[in-house]
Amino acid sequence: MSSSRVERTVRATAVAGWGRGPLVETDLITGETLAAAQAATASADGLIARGSGRAYGDAAIGARQTLDVTPLDRMRSFDPETGRLTVEAGVLLADIIRAFSPHGFFPGVLPGTRFVTVGGAIAADIHGKNHHRDGGFGECVESLVLATAAGDTLRLSRSEQPSLFAATIGGMGLTGTILEATLRLRRIETGWIRQRTIVAKDLAEVLAALDENDAATYSVAWIDGLAKGQALGRSLVFLGEHAGLRDLSPRAARTVFPPMDEPRLGVPVDLPSLTLNHFSISAFNAIYYRHGAWKAGSPFLVPAGAFFFPLDGVAAWNRIYGARGFVQHQCVLPLDTAPQTLAEMLGRIAARGDASFLAVLKKLGRGSGLLSFPMPGYTLALDFPMTRGLVDFLGEMDQIVTAAGGRIYLAKDAWQSRATFEAGYPAATEFRAIRRAIDPHGRLRSRLSERLGL
Amino acid sequence: MDPAAARPDPTARVLLVLGGTSDIGRATALAFAEDGWTIQLAGRDLDALQREADDIATRTGVTVSVHRFDVLDTPSFPAFVDALPALPQTVVCVVGLLGEQARAQDDPDHAATVMRTNYEGPALVLGLLANRFLQRGHGTIVGVSSVAGDRGRASNYVYGSAKAGFSAFLSGLRNRTASSGVHVLTVKPGFVRTRMTRGMALPGALTASPTLVGQQIRDAATKRKDVVYIYPSWRLIMGVIKAIPEGVFKKKKL
Repeated sequence: MSSSRVERTVRATAVAGWGRGPLVETDLITGETLAAAQAATASADGLIARGSGRAYGDAAIGARQTLDVTPLDRMRSFDPETGRLTVEAGVLLADIIRAFSPHGFFPGVLPGTRFVTVGGAIAADIHGKNHHRDGGFGECVESLVLATAAGDTLRLSRSEQPSLFAATIGGMGLTGTILEATLRLRRIETGWIRQRTIVAKDLAEVLAALDENDAATYSVAWIDGLAKGQALGRSLVFLGEHAGLRDLSPRAARTVFPPMDEPRLGVPVDLPSLTLNHFSISAFNAIYYRHGAWKAGSPFLVPAGAFFFPLDGVAAWNRIYGARGFVQHQCVLPLDTAPQTLAEMLGRIAARGDASFLAVLKKLGRGSGLLSFPMPGYTLALDFPMTRGLVDFLGEMDQIVTAAGGRIYLAKDAWQSRATFEAGYPAATEFRAIRRAIDPHGRLRSRLSERLGL
Repeated sequence: MDPAAARPDPTARVLLVLGGTSDIGRATALAFAEDGWTIQLAGRDLDALQREADDIATRTGVTVSVHRFDVLDTPSFPAFVDALPALPQTVVCVVGLLGEQARAQDDPDHAATVMRTNYEGPALVLGLLANRFLQRGHGTIVGVSSVAGDRGRASNYVYGSAKAGFSAFLSGLRNRTASSGVHVLTVKPGFVRTRMTRGMALPGALTASPTLVGQQIRDAATKRKDVVYIYPSWRLIMGVIKAIPEGVFKKKKL
């Protein structure tokens, strides 16, 4: 209520992605209102919008300026007849779940954390465990409002400027700053998931299990990245369906929509870099695999929060890798080349013996946007603690991915080369042409776009 | 999708927020709305109020109305209260202006604005509402004051003195209404992460989120508490600061 209400602040600071490196100097601009964010975009000088900062690498760090859109966190309207929700771009998926899941509505696509903004989810065209069936986040976006570097505020949809709409979905914020979006929520009867676990003893089994369960709404595999030889690729495949009221046990029926708690655990300090080593992760993987195998077979009920966001219970879990940070490497490989390519990648990773705490394999369908990451195939995501020689090793991985006709996920990336990018994203040429038309002087630029020449 | 409709008597549960576009005002309104209260948001900027009103209504399904209110325009207060769609059950005043201490020392107009925004306006409007509540026989008055009012310090005493006056006003009003159905709650938040403090280095363990402040205001109002600090440690800290003899205190930079 002050007479000099601050609409916009600028301060020099250093920011990094969720992987905690590289740490980059930038002017952090905080836009308190849609008008302030629009004005900052209109006067951009090497600017990119940033939401929750959950992109792992340098996607949400501006070449010179970074526009913090988290204050744009107001919801605008909701129509319970259609499930259409209009929100400002800084609203978190967690806010949407909290407000609407008790009334039977749920985001159509959820990534591994609910603490991402709607703007970020669109810019990265994020995928969830249902991508093979329902597509990416862009599929639930009916329309959006984009502030451009030229100072315009445009409404985009599949019928209004469709090519710019397609370029903005998965466009990493480079077409403009997303101010608002209208999403279509899906109906749910309960907040429970009927989960089924399948044990896969090796890579062939896990790929077969994913293929056989194309009809499942949600499917994802956890891979033991340290398993070698005959056990290479041993996995647990998790399948899930939204439970209906009839599916609930009497006990579960007492809480039809179990609340998703705030993170209870935190990682208040950087853990020593040795915390996650070959032995601790190897031990964890062995226990996790046996535990999963023990629960495999018949379906059981889990709260949606536990199914979708196992890591959200621990705030700042990225600190477990210590101050040196970590790199996540996520690629997608086409259906035909994936089996032998995955075998080669997993073999090299296991031989290197580097501990990967999180290793996920998932089947993807077609992407929604021009520059979207997904393609029909399998995606493999792996965490690597930042160690000497890692970047070279990832370069070798990238060469394998390129040779197989795959690509690297821009929201996770901090290290791929321009050659890897160009080979993986043939639509980049068309994307550049659209960008040139809407931002001829290239005033919207991120560290990622400069690194990749995008 | 309308939780308010399921409540037995939604008209009895109406919250008025004076300063509805502030971070604490927004969070307090949301906390009450999540319990099904009807919300009246008051402030100077109707567009900014409407943005908050749409947000709260979308998230919670309750009815939210917006009302123009300028805390410096004291003669307008009776008309403002009369124009409300219903006399609220609870009013929360979060209006405040930190101002600039150095400027306030040399510029009497700035000092007067800080004093009027933090003391005169809030006290007068809450006094007016207290009279209406007493006539009706019930109601809850919540004033958001500040730990800065607990003792004057060189770094912010113009603001602090106005908050001290506001705290004393609330204390006296509580004393006056104690035997009636009207309750008065004083809230001293301490450091809060808001637009006002963005970019400042604040001690993490003592700094609250607006959401926490809003929930605590709702809970303290429900439990008819008298004076609350958001973190209990603030009560201890301010107790120690108040206990330091003036002869010692005046030489300290606190």
